[in-house]
Amino acid sequence: MVKQQLNSQQLDATFAALADPTRRAILARLAAGDASVNELAEPFDMSQPAISKHLRVLERAGLISRSREAQRRPCRLEAKPLAAADEWLERYREFWEASFDRLDSLLEEMKAQKKSEKLQKNRRKKS
Amino acid sequence: MRNVGKMTIDTPGDREVVMTRVFDAPRQLVYDAYTKPELIARWLIGPPGWTMPVCEVDLKVGGTYHYGWQSADGKKMGSHGIYQEIVPPERVVVTESFDDPWYPGEAVATTTFVEAGGRTTMTMSVQYDSKQTRDMVVKTGMEGGVACSFDHLEQILASQLQSARS
Repeated sequence: MVKQQLNSQQLDATFAALADPTRRAILARLAAGDASVNELAEPFDMSQPAISKHLRVLERAGLISRSREAQRRPCRLEAKPLAAADEWLERYREFWEASFDRLDSLLEEMKAQKKSEKLQKNRRKKS
Repeated sequence: MRNVGKMTIDTPGDREVVMTRVFDAPRQLVYDAYTKPELIARWLIGPPGWTMPVCEVDLKVGGTYHYGWQSADGKKMGSHGIYQEIVPPERVVVTESFDDPWYPGEAVATTTFVEAGGRTTMTMSVQYDSKQTRDMVVKTGMEGGVACSFDHLEQILASQLQSARS
């Protein structure tokens, strides 16, 4: 139960971090390789503090990590939370498709039942 | 049998995700299956291995619903909401929140049932609280009804970087 709670909080943080277009673009840049704050700020026409703020959100969500050693402290993409978010959505889609297929069978059953009720009614009318 | 069994997902407007599915049955039956708890619990169960131990429905405006699912390996999932509008057998509007929320804010789900030639098209339109949330839900995996692997997600992110640059 505790584990599930943690997973759910992790997912919240992941989705909240992904909800911003700049942060998604930062992740896309990092998918191509590690980069420093300066390198990340360059294509966005954004100040370094503004980028740093986005990086903190991504770091808290576990989507990136930052090296403590090197002077330029390069950022690195962390794949695990993204994979978890993806798994959740895949389950959601599977859920509906499987449920709708099952609803098809239930409706066939309901139609058959209606038909037999009608037949019985007609028989009763005739007799 | 055209379109029967095929699920489509679309994103008209700014805040919506719309799912449609055609059933080979009159709409009164589809509506019943969608609103009566004893029937819901027989189909809204998800993939094999899942069960639906909780299915509570108080079908009136202001009434609540609560669905709870469980997988064979102990995973749990639940959703709940309040009915806003009920027009049998045409239309149901209900708020939607997951017990373990996976998107910010509350969504509103509008389900309509349209019958033609003995078949019923069920349309579920989920409206999220902002365009941002909707885009997040779609771009992280539901678009086109195609689940995206991590590789695919990277491609999407990469194309966004390109459009951010241009």
